[in-house]
Amino acid sequence: MEVAPGEIHAVLGENGAGKSTLMKIVAGVVQADAGTILWNGAPVQIPTPAAARRLGIGMVHQHFSLFESISVTENIAVALDGKFDLARTRRQIIETASRYGLPVDPDRLLHHLSVGERQRVEILRALLQTPQLLILDEPTSVLTPQAVESLFAVLRRVADEGCAILYISHKLDEIRTLCHRATVLRGGRVVGTVDPTEQSAAELAHMMVGTAVPPICHDPPVGAGDRTPILELAGLSARADDPFGTDLEDVALSLHEGEILGIAGISGNGQSELLSILSGERVLTDADMIRLDGKPIADLGAAARRRLGLGYIPEERLGRGAVPTMSLAENYLLTQDDSVKHGLIDRSILRDQTSAIIERFDVKCSGPGATARSLSGGNLQKFIVGREISLAPKLLIVAQPSWGVDIAAARFIRQTLIDLSRAGTAVLVISEELDELFEIADRLMVLYQGRLSPVRERSQIGLMMAGA
Amino acid sequence: MIHLSIEKRPAPSPLMRIGAPLIAVGVTLLVGIVLALVLGLDPLILLRVLFVDPLSSANGISEWLLKASPLILIALGLTIGFRANIWNIGAEGMFTIGAIAAALVALRFGEGAAIWVLPAMALAGMLGGMAWAAIPAFLKTKANTSEILVTLMLNYVAALLLSYLINGPMRDPNGFNYPQTANFGPAALLPSLVDGLRVNISILFTLALAGLTWVFLTKSFLGFKMRVGGIAPAAAGYAGFSESQSVWLGLLAGGAASGLAGMMEAAGPLGQLIPVLSPGYGFAAIIVAFIGRLTVPGIVLGGLLLALLYLGGEQAQMTLNLPASLTRSIEGALLFFLLAADGLTQFRVRLRRS
Repeated sequence: MEVAPGEIHAVLGENGAGKSTLMKIVAGVVQADAGTILWNGAPVQIPTPAAARRLGIGMVHQHFSLFESISVTENIAVALDGKFDLARTRRQIIETASRYGLPVDPDRLLHHLSVGERQRVEILRALLQTPQLLILDEPTSVLTPQAVESLFAVLRRVADEGCAILYISHKLDEIRTLCHRATVLRGGRVVGTVDPTEQSAAELAHMMVGTAVPPICHDPPVGAGDRTPILELAGLSARADDPFGTDLEDVALSLHEGEILGIAGISGNGQSELLSILSGERVLTDADMIRLDGKPIADLGAAARRRLGLGYIPEERLGRGAVPTMSLAENYLLTQDDSVKHGLIDRSILRDQTSAIIERFDVKCSGPGATARSLSGGNLQKFIVGREISLAPKLLIVAQPSWGVDIAAARFIRQTLIDLSRAGTAVLVISEELDELFEIADRLMVLYQGRLSPVRERSQIGLMMAGA
Repeated sequence: MIHLSIEKRPAPSPLMRIGAPLIAVGVTLLVGIVLALVLGLDPLILLRVLFVDPLSSANGISEWLLKASPLILIALGLTIGFRANIWNIGAEGMFTIGAIAAALVALRFGEGAAIWVLPAMALAGMLGGMAWAAIPAFLKTKANTSEILVTLMLNYVAALLLSYLINGPMRDPNGFNYPQTANFGPAALLPSLVDGLRVNISILFTLALAGLTWVFLTKSFLGFKMRVGGIAPAAAGYAGFSESQSVWLGLLAGGAASGLAGMMEAAGPLGQLIPVLSPGYGFAAIIVAFIGRLTVPGIVLGGLLLALLYLGGEQAQMTLNLPASLTRSIEGALLFFLLAADGLTQFRVRLRRS
């Protein structure tokens, strides 16, 4: 593939298609086994990220590499080559920020900054090195629609000045609005280079996945009537355990069987606090704060709540939803202990149960003995979803259901959640992905700074996420 | 330029899981050979004295098993905690308290030939060790103290308590003021396995407990829960497995095993309490547990290896006039190389040209 000065070039592909590996080779993080890189027409070796920076290649990673406890200026100054000069760096930040329309206060401490602001710091840091090529790895995965718009404006300005941009993403609509060309990767190979404006999103998806993706089917929910809600929170307030956490204030909601309630919002606004309180990983003293099918449960632990019919699919698949180094069978045992007789595990029953989940949810793996970390994100998520669904829960809580999951698996998981709700389960989805919530949720609320909004129209949600 | 680089393996190497202890033993032998050369000895003679001579007689084998038994027993108990990331390094103290508790029973009731004296002593030993282990467990679950520090410091408390007791309240009144208790009565001594040899029935109990521990670690749901808590605390919290249950169980298992080992030592080769009850079994058992990769078969083999090293060290002192610290050095080298070789299961070393 090639990228020209002033061009915004999309690198498109599913998870595991090789996008990140390719970009890491260009940025000097990983070495290629074979092949050549031509830079301004001449072959180059890029053995280290520092060498890439010297050539003029800057990269903004998907996961920010910033220090929480120091200021914006200090964060940028430590990353720059050359003399450590805070006053000069500060001047450069203000100058560059105003040139590209990136409002950032250079003196604020990083932990006060929102996710969108942090990303601006990352981009500023890359721009201060005056790159000829800027690589952005899934930059919009954590941004509100408004923040995405202003990011695009910045990127267009950067490109107009002659900088080439490689834009990694799997969000097809964004690529079609922003990018001049798109190179599609699948299974570590380039499938083709196209003009994204001339292709429909479905055609691009087809190139990425290799097969056509069927749309989600969505029946209207069964009427709630005036039955008891499955989940009811009334005036739930709780201080965060973590000093950098968000306190929850007067959170109230009710969720009925057969419906999907979506909670939108950017992580860090009380999402993790609300989830740990709902799941029982954190126990409250006042039992009445949470009611499950009418029963007060806020004082019960996670295992007791699960026995009452609460299933939970956490955001962190590896390390929380599953133990990375343990087999799928052992991971099945985390939440399902019906293979335990007299305190001893019956391995053959466990294997059969695990195999049944693998088969029913089409989990691609070597079998029940495969370790959790050997599975791709999408397949592990399918396994965890299957495990929790096989508990036949009354209430299923799902955090970021398709985070880091490929298109086909994401679609499968979303359809599974809809089918589950239509069969009578109450489903609560907490997600940052608005497209996903709009696709599956019957009702939507927003969690912002520890407070939950009333139910709103979808057009208003984006503004509320930004705090407007 | 060629340089070495250390890379994380995509998955832990199954070959290295077994290979690492063997590599460690091999490198430790090399260190022993170098040590011998530095001391001006023929390495072959040193190796023979350390590893072959001790096992060349029935008495040698009896002594070998007698030493291996407490090492294996303590390592089994500690492993239950280690698997849950509970770092109990207080086995030495728990061993001492177990021996004291057993001695109290023996000295009070051991004169008659009652059949229940030995079981009562075993029970007292276990309860003593568990009581000592309950202190760090309580402090960790209530005040989040480090069990490493608390268990380590309690070793010294236990040693001083023993010293006080055998110099004071428990001193043998007919013992010419030696700091030791009276000899236990015959009913309070473990019967020997073979007439004329010191090895006693404790080794049978150790083997039975090894079987029980194996079932607990590999088959039981409780063992599984503790393992999850050790590897992935967030996953244990998600599943709803109790952390304090793991802490209590992990420490109490170590306490019970160490206390029982203390009872077996007091009611076995010692037959009374003396100022130094153990040649460092409580610490050496940590090495045994890690040489054994925290698995039961590995611990049995590791215990036999370390017991052999103890015997060989004694032999080397007597026949070659070598200092006692030689054994300790080799023991330390073994743990050091084992931990280093352990890295090879997760990482690999590669030569790279740049």
